[in-house]
Amino acid sequence: MNRFKDTEHLIRLAAVIVLALIAFVVLRFALVPRSFGQYGHYRGAAIAETAARPVAFAGHQTCEACHTDVVDLKKQGKHVVVACEACHGPLAKHADDPGSVQPKKLDTMVVCTRCHEANSAKPSGFPQVVTADHSGGLACDTCHQPHRPKIETEEVKK
Amino acid sequence: MDITRRRLLVLMPAAAVAWKYVLAGTPEASPNYRLTDHWWGMLMDITKCIGCGTCVRACAEENDVPDGYYRTWVERYHRDDWKIERPEVESPDGGKHGYLHEPAEGGKNFFVPKLCNHCAESPCTQVCPVGATFDAPDGVVLIDKKYCLGCRYCIQACPYGCRFLNPKTNTAEKCTLCYHRITKGLTTACCEVCPTGARQLADLKNPKDPIHEFLRTHSVQVLKPHMATGAKVFYNGMDGSVR
Repeated sequence: MNRFKDTEHLIRLAAVIVLALIAFVVLRFALVPRSFGQYGHYRGAAIAETAARPVAFAGHQTCEACHTDVVDLKKQGKHVVVACEACHGPLAKHADDPGSVQPKKLDTMVVCTRCHEANSAKPSGFPQVVTADHSGGLACDTCHQPHRPKIETEEVKK
Repeated sequence: MDITRRRLLVLMPAAAVAWKYVLAGTPEASPNYRLTDHWWGMLMDITKCIGCGTCVRACAEENDVPDGYYRTWVERYHRDDWKIERPEVESPDGGKHGYLHEPAEGGKNFFVPKLCNHCAESPCTQVCPVGATFDAPDGVVLIDKKYCLGCRYCIQACPYGCRFLNPKTNTAEKCTLCYHRITKGLTTACCEVCPTGARQLADLKNPKDPIHEFLRTHSVQVLKPHMATGAKVFYNGMDGSVR
Protein backbone atom coordinates (compact mmCIF):
# COMPACT_ATOMS: atom_id res chain seq x y z
CA MET A 1 0.00 0.00 0.00
CA ASN A 2 2.20 2.81 -1.27
CA ARG A 3 -0.68 4.91 -2.51
CA PHE A 4 0.11 7.80 -0.11
CA LYS A 5 3.88 7.53 -0.35
CA ASP A 6 4.21 11.09 -1.64
CA THR A 7 1.82 12.78 0.77
CA GLU A 8 4.76 14.32 2.57
CA HIS A 9 5.32 16.61 -0.40
CA LEU A 10 1.72 17.75 -0.25
CA ILE A 11 1.89 18.41 3.46
CA ARG A 12 5.02 20.51 2.99
CA LEU A 13 3.34 22.46 0.21
CA ALA A 14 0.27 23.00 2.38
CA ALA A 15 2.48 24.16 5.22
CA VAL A 16 4.16 26.68 2.94
CA ILE A 17 0.77 28.01 1.78
CA VAL A 18 -0.52 28.24 5.36
CA LEU A 19 2.64 30.05 6.46
CA ALA A 20 2.34 32.48 3.55
CA LEU A 21 -1.28 33.11 4.48
CA ILE A 22 -0.37 33.75 8.09
CA ALA A 23 2.42 36.07 6.99
CA PHE A 24 -0.05 37.93 4.78
CA VAL A 25 -2.61 38.33 7.55
CA VAL A 26 0.03 39.48 10.05
CA LEU A 27 1.58 41.93 7.60
CA ARG A 28 -1.79 43.28 6.56
CA PHE A 29 -2.73 43.78 10.19
CA ALA A 30 0.56 45.56 10.79
CA LEU A 31 0.58 47.76 7.72
CA VAL A 32 -3.05 48.76 7.12
CA PRO A 33 -4.12 51.49 9.54
CA ARG A 34 -6.98 50.59 11.85
CA SER A 35 -9.35 53.19 10.47
CA PHE A 36 -8.81 52.34 6.79
CA GLY A 37 -12.20 51.48 5.33
CA GLN A 38 -14.15 53.01 8.21
CA TYR A 39 -16.11 55.26 5.81
CA GLY A 40 -14.69 54.20 2.45
CA HIS A 41 -11.46 53.38 0.67
CA TYR A 42 -9.38 55.76 2.79
CA ARG A 43 -8.06 56.24 6.30
CA GLY A 44 -11.03 57.39 8.40
CA ALA A 45 -8.74 58.93 11.00
CA ALA A 46 -7.55 61.44 8.38
CA ILE A 47 -10.86 63.30 8.81
CA ALA A 48 -10.21 63.99 12.48
CA GLU A 49 -6.57 64.81 11.78
CA THR A 50 -7.62 67.46 9.23
CA ALA A 51 -10.12 68.87 11.71
CA ALA A 52 -7.50 69.06 14.48
CA ARG A 53 -5.65 72.04 12.94
CA PRO A 54 -5.75 75.21 15.10
CA VAL A 55 -7.67 78.20 13.73
CA ALA A 56 -5.91 81.47 12.83
CA PHE A 57 -8.98 83.68 12.35
CA ALA A 58 -10.95 83.90 15.58
CA GLY A 59 -14.19 84.95 13.89
CA HIS A 60 -16.05 88.23 14.43
CA GLN A 61 -18.24 86.77 17.18
CA THR A 62 -15.14 86.26 19.31
CA CYS A 63 -13.95 89.85 18.71
CA GLU A 64 -17.37 91.28 19.47
CA ALA A 65 -17.45 89.63 22.90
CA CYS A 66 -14.88 92.17 24.16
CA HIS A 67 -14.84 95.07 21.68
CA THR A 68 -18.43 96.18 22.22
CA ASP A 69 -17.55 99.86 21.64
CA VAL A 70 -16.39 99.06 18.10
CA VAL A 71 -19.51 96.99 17.49
CA ASP A 72 -21.70 99.98 18.43
CA LEU A 73 -19.67 102.29 16.20
CA LYS A 74 -19.76 99.90 13.25
CA LYS A 75 -23.53 99.52 13.54
CA GLN A 76 -23.89 103.19 12.57
CA GLY A 77 -22.16 102.74 9.22
CA LYS A 78 -21.92 100.54 6.18
CA HIS A 79 -18.87 98.70 7.48
CA VAL A 80 -21.14 96.80 9.85
CA VAL A 81 -21.03 93.88 7.39
CA VAL A 82 -17.23 93.80 7.26
CA ALA A 83 -15.76 91.30 9.72
CA CYS A 84 -13.02 92.60 12.04
CA GLU A 85 -10.33 90.32 10.69
CA ALA A 86 -10.99 91.34 7.08
CA CYS A 87 -8.85 94.42 7.81
CA HIS A 88 -7.06 93.54 11.05
CA GLY A 89 -5.87 90.12 9.91
CA PRO A 90 -5.88 86.77 11.72
CA LEU A 91 -6.06 87.35 15.47
CA ALA A 92 -7.03 84.08 17.13
CA LYS A 93 -3.77 84.34 19.11
CA HIS A 94 -4.80 87.78 20.32
CA ALA A 95 -8.19 86.38 21.36
CA ASP A 96 -6.45 83.60 23.30
CA ASP A 97 -4.01 85.96 25.01
CA PRO A 98 -5.05 89.61 24.57
CA GLY A 99 -2.21 90.87 26.76
CA SER A 100 0.81 89.59 24.89
CA VAL A 101 -0.37 89.49 21.27
CA GLN A 102 -1.41 92.88 19.95
CA PRO A 103 -2.82 93.63 16.49
CA LYS A 104 -0.59 95.61 14.16
CA LYS A 105 -1.36 99.21 13.27
CA LEU A 106 -2.87 99.28 9.80
CA ASP A 107 -1.87 101.44 6.86
CA THR A 108 -5.20 102.74 5.60
CA MET A 109 -3.69 103.66 2.25
CA VAL A 110 -3.13 99.94 1.66
CA VAL A 111 -6.13 98.43 3.44
CA CYS A 112 -8.80 100.83 2.15
CA THR A 113 -7.61 100.97 -1.44
CA ARG A 114 -7.74 97.21 -1.91
CA CYS A 115 -11.51 97.47 -1.75
CA HIS A 116 -12.25 101.07 -2.68
CA GLU A 117 -9.78 101.91 -5.45
CA ALA A 118 -11.86 102.50 -8.57
CA ASN A 119 -11.87 99.64 -11.04
CA SER A 120 -14.32 99.03 -13.87
CA ALA A 121 -14.50 95.32 -12.98
CA LYS A 122 -16.09 96.13 -9.61
CA PRO A 123 -19.87 96.20 -9.28
CA SER A 124 -21.00 99.72 -10.23
CA GLY A 125 -22.94 100.20 -6.98
CA PHE A 126 -19.85 99.67 -4.83
CA PRO A 127 -18.32 102.90 -3.46
CA GLN A 128 -15.05 103.52 -5.32
CA VAL A 129 -12.61 106.40 -5.61
CA VAL A 130 -9.46 107.15 -7.56
CA THR A 131 -7.24 107.65 -4.52
CA ALA A 132 -4.88 110.12 -6.18
CA ASP A 133 -7.77 112.45 -7.11
CA HIS A 134 -9.81 111.80 -3.98
CA SER A 135 -7.27 112.35 -1.21
CA GLY A 136 -4.21 113.74 -2.97
CA GLY A 137 -1.90 111.47 -1.01
CA LEU A 138 -3.50 111.98 2.40
CA ALA A 139 -4.09 108.78 4.37
CA CYS A 140 -7.74 107.71 4.37
CA ASP A 141 -8.06 107.88 8.15
CA THR A 142 -7.12 111.55 8.13
CA CYS A 143 -10.79 112.23 7.36
CA HIS A 144 -12.61 108.89 7.63
CA GLN A 145 -13.04 106.81 10.75
CA PRO A 146 -12.71 103.29 9.30
CA HIS A 147 -15.26 101.73 11.66
CA ARG A 148 -17.84 104.35 10.65
CA PRO A 149 -16.52 105.75 7.40
CA LYS A 150 -19.24 108.21 6.41
CA ILE A 151 -18.33 111.81 7.27
CA GLU A 152 -21.34 113.71 8.60
CA THR A 153 -20.13 115.99 11.36
CA GLU A 154 -16.77 116.98 12.73
CA GLU A 155 -17.44 115.10 15.99
CA VAL A 156 -17.49 111.72 14.29
CA LYS A 157 -13.75 111.66 13.76
CA LYS A 158 -12.04 110.73 16.99
CA MET B 1 3.04 23.43 15.49
CA ASP B 2 5.46 24.16 18.27
CA ILE B 3 6.61 27.68 18.70
CA THR B 4 10.33 27.47 18.45
CA ARG B 5 12.68 30.17 19.65
CA ARG B 6 13.41 31.07 16.02
CA ARG B 7 9.73 31.46 15.11
CA LEU B 8 8.99 33.51 18.18
CA LEU B 9 11.82 35.88 17.29
CA VAL B 10 10.28 36.33 13.83
CA LEU B 11 6.74 36.89 15.11
CA MET B 12 7.54 39.24 18.00
CA PRO B 13 8.52 42.31 15.97
CA ALA B 14 5.50 41.82 13.69
CA ALA B 15 3.21 41.69 16.69
CA ALA B 16 4.90 44.75 18.17
CA VAL B 17 4.27 46.74 14.98
CA ALA B 18 0.66 45.63 14.91
CA TRP B 19 0.15 46.53 18.57
CA LYS B 20 1.15 50.14 17.87
CA TYR B 21 -1.90 50.48 15.60
CA VAL B 22 -4.17 48.82 18.11
CA LEU B 23 -3.12 51.29 20.78
CA ALA B 24 -3.32 54.32 18.48
CA GLY B 25 -7.01 53.81 17.72
CA THR B 26 -9.01 56.58 16.05
CA PRO B 27 -8.33 60.18 17.08
CA GLU B 28 -11.39 61.88 18.50
CA ALA B 29 -13.39 63.99 16.08
CA SER B 30 -14.61 67.45 17.05
CA PRO B 31 -17.24 67.16 19.76
CA ASN B 32 -20.85 67.78 18.71
CA TYR B 33 -19.93 67.47 15.03
CA ARG B 34 -21.65 64.67 13.19
CA LEU B 35 -20.34 63.84 9.76
CA THR B 36 -23.71 62.69 8.49
CA ASP B 37 -25.55 65.87 9.48
CA HIS B 38 -23.86 68.11 6.90
CA TRP B 39 -23.36 68.45 3.17
CA TRP B 40 -21.08 71.39 2.56
CA GLY B 41 -20.86 73.70 -0.40
CA MET B 42 -20.35 77.39 -1.12
CA LEU B 43 -22.23 80.21 -2.75
CA MET B 44 -20.35 82.78 -4.83
CA ASP B 45 -22.13 85.96 -5.76
CA ILE B 46 -20.21 87.41 -8.68
CA THR B 47 -22.38 90.51 -8.61
CA LYS B 48 -20.87 91.31 -5.20
CA CYS B 49 -17.20 90.41 -5.69
CA ILE B 50 -14.93 93.47 -5.70
CA GLY B 51 -11.68 91.57 -6.30
CA CYS B 52 -10.03 92.83 -3.11
CA GLY B 53 -8.19 89.53 -2.59
CA THR B 54 -8.94 89.45 1.13
CA CYS B 55 -10.13 85.85 0.79
CA VAL B 56 -6.87 84.82 -0.90
CA ARG B 57 -4.74 86.37 1.85
CA ALA B 58 -6.93 84.95 4.61
CA CYS B 59 -6.76 81.47 3.08
CA ALA B 60 -2.97 81.61 2.90
CA GLU B 61 -2.74 82.76 6.53
CA GLU B 62 -5.26 80.28 7.85
CA ASN B 63 -3.84 77.27 6.02
CA ASP B 64 -0.11 78.07 5.63
CA VAL B 65 -0.39 78.03 1.86
CA PRO B 66 3.11 78.48 0.36
CA ASP B 67 3.81 81.64 -1.65
CA GLY B 68 2.92 81.32 -5.30
CA TYR B 69 0.32 78.61 -4.63
CA TYR B 70 -3.37 79.16 -4.01
CA ARG B 71 -6.17 77.19 -2.45
CA THR B 72 -8.49 79.97 -3.48
CA TRP B 73 -7.83 82.74 -5.96
CA VAL B 74 -9.66 85.55 -7.74
CA GLU B 75 -9.66 85.90 -11.52
CA ARG B 76 -10.53 89.02 -13.45
CA TYR B 77 -12.42 88.43 -16.66
CA HIS B 78 -12.56 90.76 -19.61
CA ARG B 79 -15.15 89.85 -22.20
CA ASP B 80 -14.89 91.87 -25.37
CA ASP B 81 -18.43 92.65 -26.48
CA TRP B 82 -19.79 89.48 -28.19
CA LYS B 83 -16.67 87.28 -27.84
CA ILE B 84 -18.09 85.06 -25.15
CA GLU B 85 -15.89 82.13 -26.13
CA ARG B 86 -12.66 84.11 -25.90
CA PRO B 87 -12.52 85.92 -22.57
CA GLU B 88 -9.27 87.44 -21.36
CA VAL B 89 -8.51 86.18 -17.87
CA GLU B 90 -5.86 87.39 -15.50
CA SER B 91 -5.01 86.59 -11.90
CA PRO B 92 -1.74 88.24 -10.87
CA ASP B 93 -0.46 86.49 -7.72
CA GLY B 94 -3.89 84.86 -7.43
CA GLY B 95 -5.43 88.30 -6.97
CA LYS B 96 -3.90 88.28 -3.50
CA HIS B 97 -3.18 92.01 -3.41
CA GLY B 98 -6.35 93.15 -5.11
CA TYR B 99 -6.62 94.65 -8.57
CA LEU B 100 -5.36 98.21 -8.50
CA HIS B 101 -4.80 98.46 -12.27
CA GLU B 102 -7.63 98.98 -14.74
CA PRO B 103 -8.68 96.15 -17.06
CA ALA B 104 -8.71 96.47 -20.87
CA GLU B 105 -11.04 99.14 -22.26
CA GLY B 106 -14.57 98.37 -23.34
CA GLY B 107 -16.49 95.13 -23.03
CA LYS B 108 -17.48 93.64 -19.73
CA ASN B 109 -15.19 93.24 -16.73
CA PHE B 110 -15.84 91.26 -13.59
CA PHE B 111 -14.21 89.14 -10.91
CA VAL B 112 -14.60 85.40 -10.39
CA PRO B 113 -13.38 83.90 -7.10
CA LYS B 114 -12.46 80.25 -7.37
CA LEU B 115 -11.62 77.36 -5.08
CA CYS B 116 -12.09 73.60 -4.88
CA ASN B 117 -15.66 72.81 -5.93
CA HIS B 118 -15.92 69.92 -3.47
CA CYS B 119 -17.52 67.82 -6.19
CA ALA B 120 -19.96 65.11 -5.22
CA GLU B 121 -18.53 62.97 -8.03
CA SER B 122 -14.99 64.26 -7.71
CA PRO B 123 -12.60 63.22 -10.50
CA CYS B 124 -9.58 63.71 -8.23
CA THR B 125 -10.63 61.08 -5.70
CA GLN B 126 -11.49 58.64 -8.46
CA VAL B 127 -7.94 58.63 -9.80
CA CYS B 128 -6.03 58.51 -6.50
CA PRO B 129 -4.23 55.14 -6.52
CA VAL B 130 -3.78 54.89 -2.76
CA GLY B 131 -6.95 56.33 -1.22
CA ALA B 132 -5.13 59.47 -0.05
CA THR B 133 -7.85 61.81 -1.25
CA PHE B 134 -11.46 61.10 -0.54
CA ASP B 135 -14.99 62.46 -0.27
CA ALA B 136 -15.73 62.75 3.43
CA PRO B 137 -19.30 61.79 4.43
CA ASP B 138 -20.12 65.50 4.86
CA GLY B 139 -19.35 66.32 1.23
CA VAL B 140 -15.88 67.81 1.69
CA VAL B 141 -13.06 66.48 -0.48
CA LEU B 142 -10.03 66.02 1.76
CA ILE B 143 -6.43 64.82 1.45
CA ASP B 144 -4.71 62.40 3.79
CA LYS B 145 -1.19 63.86 3.87
CA LYS B 146 0.23 60.74 5.48
CA TYR B 147 -1.03 58.58 2.64
CA CYS B 148 -0.32 60.86 -0.32
CA LEU B 149 2.56 59.63 -2.49
CA GLY B 150 2.85 62.87 -4.44
CA CYS B 151 2.16 61.18 -7.78
CA ARG B 152 0.23 64.27 -9.02
CA TYR B 153 -2.45 62.21 -10.71
CA CYS B 154 -5.20 64.12 -8.89
CA ILE B 155 -3.68 67.44 -9.97
CA GLN B 156 -4.10 66.38 -13.59
CA ALA B 157 -7.58 65.03 -13.00
CA CYS B 158 -9.07 68.17 -11.45
CA PRO B 159 -10.86 70.03 -14.27
CA TYR B 160 -10.82 73.26 -12.24
CA GLY B 161 -7.08 73.44 -11.56
CA CYS B 162 -7.66 73.56 -7.82
CA ARG B 163 -4.82 71.28 -6.74
CA PHE B 164 -1.08 71.72 -6.45
CA LEU B 165 1.88 69.85 -5.06
CA ASN B 166 3.13 71.47 -1.86
CA PRO B 167 6.85 71.98 -2.48
CA LYS B 168 7.67 71.52 1.21
CA THR B 169 5.79 68.29 1.90
CA ASN B 170 5.65 66.95 -1.68
CA THR B 171 2.05 65.99 -1.12
CA ALA B 172 -1.03 67.15 -3.03
CA GLU B 173 -2.83 70.07 -1.49
CA LYS B 174 -6.02 72.03 -2.02
CA CYS B 175 -8.88 73.75 -0.24
CA THR B 176 -10.22 71.75 2.72
CA LEU B 177 -13.17 74.13 3.03
CA CYS B 178 -11.41 75.11 6.27
CA TYR B 179 -12.38 71.75 7.68
CA HIS B 180 -10.78 72.62 11.03
CA ARG B 181 -13.12 75.63 11.24
CA ILE B 182 -16.42 74.31 9.92
CA THR B 183 -16.26 71.31 12.25
CA LYS B 184 -15.98 73.77 15.15
CA GLY B 185 -19.04 75.74 14.05
CA LEU B 186 -17.08 78.58 12.44
CA THR B 187 -17.30 79.62 8.81
CA THR B 188 -14.32 79.30 6.44
CA ALA B 189 -11.56 81.92 6.64
CA CYS B 190 -12.42 83.27 3.17
CA CYS B 191 -16.13 83.63 3.98
CA GLU B 192 -15.32 85.13 7.37
CA VAL B 193 -13.33 88.00 5.89
CA CYS B 194 -15.20 88.61 2.61
CA PRO B 195 -16.23 92.25 3.06
CA THR B 196 -19.17 92.17 0.65
CA GLY B 197 -20.62 88.75 1.42
CA ALA B 198 -19.76 87.54 -2.07
CA ARG B 199 -18.75 84.15 -0.65
CA GLN B 200 -20.94 82.22 1.72
CA LEU B 201 -20.45 78.80 3.20
CA ALA B 202 -23.53 76.65 2.69
CA ASP B 203 -24.72 73.54 4.45
CA LEU B 204 -27.02 71.89 1.94
CA LYS B 205 -28.30 69.37 4.49
CA ASN B 206 -29.46 72.11 6.85
CA PRO B 207 -33.00 73.05 5.86
CA LYS B 208 -32.64 76.39 7.68
CA ASP B 209 -29.61 77.45 5.62
CA PRO B 210 -30.50 80.53 3.49
CA ILE B 211 -28.81 78.80 0.53
CA HIS B 212 -32.02 76.91 -0.28
CA GLU B 213 -34.07 80.09 -0.64
CA PHE B 214 -31.28 81.65 -2.68
CA LEU B 215 -31.05 78.67 -5.05
CA ARG B 216 -34.83 78.73 -5.56
CA THR B 217 -34.96 82.41 -6.45
CA HIS B 218 -31.78 83.02 -8.46
CA SER B 219 -30.18 81.88 -11.70
CA VAL B 220 -27.31 79.90 -10.26
CA GLN B 221 -24.67 77.94 -12.15
CA VAL B 222 -21.71 75.73 -11.41
CA LEU B 223 -18.40 75.74 -13.26
CA LYS B 224 -18.07 73.26 -16.14
CA PRO B 225 -21.43 71.52 -15.66
CA HIS B 226 -20.72 69.38 -18.75
CA MET B 227 -18.01 67.61 -16.73
CA ALA B 228 -20.75 66.19 -14.46
CA THR B 229 -18.54 66.50 -11.41
CA GLY B 230 -21.39 67.38 -9.07
CA ALA B 231 -19.68 70.68 -8.18
CA LYS B 232 -21.01 72.24 -4.97
CA VAL B 233 -19.69 75.78 -5.42
CA PHE B 234 -22.59 77.74 -6.86
CA TYR B 235 -22.12 80.94 -8.82
CA ASN B 236 -24.76 83.65 -8.98
CA GLY B 237 -24.74 86.15 -11.83
CA MET B 238 -22.02 84.30 -13.69
CA ASP B 239 -21.29 85.35 -17.25
CA GLY B 240 -21.30 82.65 -19.96
CA SER B 241 -17.65 83.37 -20.71
CA VAL B 242 -16.44 82.01 -17.37
CA ARG B 243 -14.42 78.83 -17.72
